[in-house]
Amino acid sequence: HPLLPAPTRLRTWSGPGGTCGDGEGAGGVPHPIPSLRPPAAGTMEIVYVYVKKRSEFGKQCNFSDRQAELNIDIAPNPELAKQFVERNPVDTGIQCSVSMSEHEANTERFEMETRGVNHIEGGWPKDVNPLELEQTIRFRKKVEKDENYINTITQLGSIMEHCIKQNNAIDIYEEYFNDEEAVEVMEEAPSAKTINVFRDPQEIKRAATHLSWHPDGNRKLAVAYSCLDFQRAPVGMSNDSYIWDLENPNKPELALKPSSPLVTLEYNPKDSHVLLGGCYNGQIACWDTRKGSLVADLSTLEFSHRDPVYGTIWLQSKTGTECFSASTDGQVMWWDIRKISEPTEVVIMDITRKEQLENALGAISLEFEPTLPTKFMVGTEQGIVISCNRKAKTPAEKIVCTFSGHHGPIYALQRNPFYPKNFLTVGDWTARIWSEDSRESSIMWTKYHMAYLTDAAWSPVRPAVFFTTKMDGTLDIWDFVFKQCDPALSLKVCDEALFCLRVQDNGCLIACGSQLGTTTLLEVSSGLSTLQRNEKNTASSMFERETRREKILEVRHREMRLKEKGRAEGRDEEQRDEELATDLEALVSKAEDEFFDIIYAELKKQEADAIKLKPTPQQPSSEEGQVVQEAEEATGERGGDEEEEDLA
Amino acid sequence: MAEVEETLKRIQSHKGVIGTVVVNAEGIPIRTTLDNSTTVQYAGLLHQLTMKAKSTVRDIDPQNDLTFLRIRSKKHEIMVAPGNLAFHFLVKLSFCFTR
Repeated sequence: HPLLPAPTRLRTWSGPGGTCGDGEGAGGVPHPIPSLRPPAAGTMEIVYVYVKKRSEFGKQCNFSDRQAELNIDIAPNPELAKQFVERNPVDTGIQCSVSMSEHEANTERFEMETRGVNHIEGGWPKDVNPLELEQTIRFRKKVEKDENYINTITQLGSIMEHCIKQNNAIDIYEEYFNDEEAVEVMEEAPSAKTINVFRDPQEIKRAATHLSWHPDGNRKLAVAYSCLDFQRAPVGMSNDSYIWDLENPNKPELALKPSSPLVTLEYNPKDSHVLLGGCYNGQIACWDTRKGSLVADLSTLEFSHRDPVYGTIWLQSKTGTECFSASTDGQVMWWDIRKISEPTEVVIMDITRKEQLENALGAISLEFEPTLPTKFMVGTEQGIVISCNRKAKTPAEKIVCTFSGHHGPIYALQRNPFYPKNFLTVGDWTARIWSEDSRESSIMWTKYHMAYLTDAAWSPVRPAVFFTTKMDGTLDIWDFVFKQCDPALSLKVCDEALFCLRVQDNGCLIACGSQLGTTTLLEVSSGLSTLQRNEKNTASSMFERETRREKILEVRHREMRLKEKGRAEGRDEEQRDEELATDLEALVSKAEDEFFDIIYAELKKQEADAIKLKPTPQQPSSEEGQVVQEAEEATGERGGDEEEEDLA
Repeated sequence: MAEVEETLKRIQSHKGVIGTVVVNAEGIPIRTTLDNSTTVQYAGLLHQLTMKAKSTVRDIDPQNDLTFLRIRSKKHEIMVAPGNLAFHFLVKLSFCFTR
């Protein structure tokens, strides 16, 4: 019997630790029992025990397929969970890739140099000594005898000749259309674009009231900040004004710290490190940027202005230290910054020439042109421009003449850089251009705008272009050889009011400061910043024409006033004539004659003017004709009445 | 031999030609109408430039070859006719036309 129930001996194969299994070996079929044994060490072992007969060892293995059998089923034991603490969230990195690390290495500096070799002498063969003339000549002769040489030379010669002939025939590199380059008509529309914006770094915003460009190179801009509302400066407002570098709009380059906010600020055109500032409390301060942001010099409070200083300008002097300032207290003071404690001179803006401070007009803008060093002009709050002479002997004579025409304070005053006799003023809602010869009124003016005009400046490169800023935040560029009734370009720079404007010397960049302290830098199109052909002549002829027109009107007005006076005199004469009979007759006739002489002189002058003029308005000439007629008719009777009738 | 002379003389006699230099492949001036130092300078410098130009043209298109090189400057125009690589080239200076 192969399958006798042999005494079965349990052979167990298991992992370390042995196993205990109950094998019911009856039947001879090995019946393995998988079992679990919690070993002493606390680790769980899964052990699969099977039994094999001794006689079957070494027997060939027969593999057979069978269904899957579940050997062990380990149920979860919730009790074990109590030994663990739940962790939520769990931050574990899982990466299924190769872990790498990053290293840097800096190579050593390797210095490189570029060198060239100067070729002095050709590559003579070894047997020829280049210094020996004989040898070199011999070598050359040898080369020339070479056949190849001859062929090559003839061939190259023909090529070369061809090119030479080409060159000689026509200059192919000539500049064509050379003349036309000069005439480049710029037909592009005028435009301007914002380049940069400089914001006031302080939280409590102040208005930018004055700007000044750096005199060399124009890379820096000094901006004065202050609050011009009367006694409404917010508490905690900083007094600082800043110098900005155009390259860095985020942070000002230098802060200037006065004791009172600055209303005006000017660079010294001779010394670009020195700045002059006019304070809100009337003092004058000066800074040296090399020394830092604190005031280098300050005028004494007692001798300074009593109102905010609205205008400060440096004078052209040999020392470069003289300046003058104007304020609404009616005084214009001259200073030397080396001794800034006291003004060197004070002029009171009293147009009645009595030097009374009570009658003085408050100055709100100041003008000085270095080419006319003895004259200066002051724009007042009352709308009058006062032209003054600095070198007059008596203080009363300092005031030369006045120009009135504005209804409100004159915020800006500037002479035309090309034609200094004409100047631009801005006040109320218009901008006006004046000529020094015509004192009664301006020669040209813009229409009345919707917003108040705050500042104006001529363009330094084009005599017919000027810029104005308004309270509604627009910048207007006027070009009156192009269009007179409207600005050539009107730009809305910001929503708040613009207070000041400054053009850079090249005429291209404009900086304007607003009520919230934002300074905007704009670049104008090249059409507006390059001198056009014939522009100077056109502009000057325009100025002259308008001046002449005003003069005629002036004469006409004067004439009418004389007429009025004459009429008034006539009435007087009538009354008195009854009382004083005979002596008056003689007096009257004498007065009459004198009167006639004046009239004739005026008429002659008018005729002369009329001949010079081109299209003159109809009225003056016709009335002139009338006057001539009636003067001839005038009889030698009593002065007033007859005159009046004749001239009516 | 006589043709060479004749050719060179003809070239030199053209209007606007300042000087003519014939240089061989080693950079030795064979014939020149300019003074020695100038000749040697031109020979050395232009030799290298011509080689560079030739190799550039060849690099761009191997079938192509440099036939002529003109260097136009403010004062003159230098015209270089390169011969065979191993052989000679001709250098000539001429006036450029003024505007």
